[in-house]
Amino acid sequence: MSDQDETNSGDVPMMQKLLDNPFLLLFLGVASPAVLYLAWGIMEIVTIPAR
Amino acid sequence: MSNNIFRTCPDTGLKFHGPAETLMKVNAVAAVVFLLVGGFYGLLVGLTRWQAVHLLEASDFYMVLTLHGINVLIFWMIFFEIAVLYFCSSVLLGCRLATPKWAWVGFALMVIGAVMNNVIVLQGSSSVMMTSYVPMEAHPLFYLSLILFAVGALIGCFVFFGTLVIAKAEKTYEGSVPLVTFGAITAAVIAVFTIVSGAIVLLPTFLWSVGLVGEIDVLAYRLIWWAFGHSSQQINVAAHVSVWYAIVAILFGAKPLSEKVSRTAFLMYILFLQLASVHHLLVDPGVSSNFKMFNTSYAMYLAVMASMVHGLTVPGSMEAAQRARGHTAGLFTWLRKAPWGNPTFSGMFISLVGFGFLGGITGVVMGAEQINILVHNTLYVPGHFHATVVLGSTMAFMALTYWLVPILFRREIVMKGLAKWQPYIFGLGMSGVALFLMGAGTLGVPRRHWDIGFAGTGGMTHEFPAAAYTMLALNGLSVILAVAGGAAFCVIIVGSLLFGKKLGDQPMAEPCIVAPVTDEEYNANGGSAYAIPGTIVLAMIFFASFALYYFINWKYLAETWGIG
Repeated sequence: MSDQDETNSGDVPMMQKLLDNPFLLLFLGVASPAVLYLAWGIMEIVTIPAR
Repeated sequence: MSNNIFRTCPDTGLKFHGPAETLMKVNAVAAVVFLLVGGFYGLLVGLTRWQAVHLLEASDFYMVLTLHGINVLIFWMIFFEIAVLYFCSSVLLGCRLATPKWAWVGFALMVIGAVMNNVIVLQGSSSVMMTSYVPMEAHPLFYLSLILFAVGALIGCFVFFGTLVIAKAEKTYEGSVPLVTFGAITAAVIAVFTIVSGAIVLLPTFLWSVGLVGEIDVLAYRLIWWAFGHSSQQINVAAHVSVWYAIVAILFGAKPLSEKVSRTAFLMYILFLQLASVHHLLVDPGVSSNFKMFNTSYAMYLAVMASMVHGLTVPGSMEAAQRARGHTAGLFTWLRKAPWGNPTFSGMFISLVGFGFLGGITGVVMGAEQINILVHNTLYVPGHFHATVVLGSTMAFMALTYWLVPILFRREIVMKGLAKWQPYIFGLGMSGVALFLMGAGTLGVPRRHWDIGFAGTGGMTHEFPAAAYTMLALNGLSVILAVAGGAAFCVIIVGSLLFGKKLGDQPMAEPCIVAPVTDEEYNANGGSAYAIPGTIVLAMIFFASFALYYFINWKYLAETWGIG
């Protein structure tokens, strides 16, 4: 049974595995704006010269 | 024990988990209550912006504007979305809801936060508008109320994710989750980022308001606040697109043109949609053009493309289904033969067109750094988001509600004649609001000023064109029409819940769900699930409008500063 499951899951394309994993999507959906928007933006603000 | 009680809907065959059903009901009812409250405040705002009426004094105006924004943009939307999340997980996957007790805790926190926020703003010391930019200071309970609401909503999101785990573990579905549930996952993912961003910005602001933190950096506040403020509207986008897919499946038995394409488009939302927040910062100092342009152009355009994919595949799948069922003549018979008297359909279609043509195109214009300068911080911005959030999301949620009341509450819709017209009244009014606010914004009318005549500012004057005053008057009239449509919705829904004929366990006389179109039907008469000439023509009209409006704005910009 478990062999069959493994075989079946091995047939699933990588993209579908990604789309079927809500927690991986959650990670990507938080990481992408956290890096590209929050972290990048904050880095630019904190590196503004003090005068 | 009660955690395992299920009922099977006699009309749809869907399995409703008892605790989930109750939670959906209370969230949906709370949503409509806050829509009613926020809509009333919207009427007061519209009548004040109408210079000839100018209903409220300045202090009242900012208080009411704060209440209007938070009630409709946050409370109505998120209560409804939590109901949608529970429906898309527990009901569509046919499983029990994870931790109903925690879901009740989340709901209680949301209600406490929402009520507390209304009370504290009405006391007059927190008229800081929805954005609550520092160093403007509100009462500490204002920030605390939003934090409580956000924590409650976050609990709701994790109950949704927990329910997905239960469904998978208990094998209540095979293969991938349905597309509508996948759209709900997208909304929940965006919601988590949104709420965490809200916590990052509101917790220190709360501590600042009680004197425990000395200073909040203004630039950093704006940056992080918009990760919360704008992304909260992206939850709505993902949710209402899911509702579109649900409605075409329910009313037409349509299957998506391509599951892969639609899911990939949702993935693009997950990766890029939230980056559109930067368009609020396009004239801010402190962040570079690289940061602004990457996020609002390269990245945001991928999310825009995803919206255009949905905008094509939703009517496309409807057209393919209609053609498969025999409406094959000409380009638009499939559309003409659609159930225009059914508010679930008309509301969905008005939402689709309004969101695409009015909200989508103008959003891209505002997202371009160069032409953004023409309309930044003018009434154009509220015009845009009334097209996206109200005409797009609210209209879609209203449409779904007409279908949900008999299914979920087992009550017949009352005042069916009025319900037939309600989407048109609301849609026409709100289209007017969006267009006339954007018209006034194009003429330079500021978005946050109580009086464009600048009364009481000690001699400060500015001559706006007469057309700006006309736009604001037309906006006022449109607001009245939209509020009439919104009030009609609330009356119909509340009336149905209280006085609608009880349906019990018997199926309704008229079926409320259409059987899925089969492959044989799609392939009959030489057709296929991809033959959608009418939708392609509509898409071409959309592209032509998009290109023309984009060009017009660059032309405006070129005329702003003469060269040479």
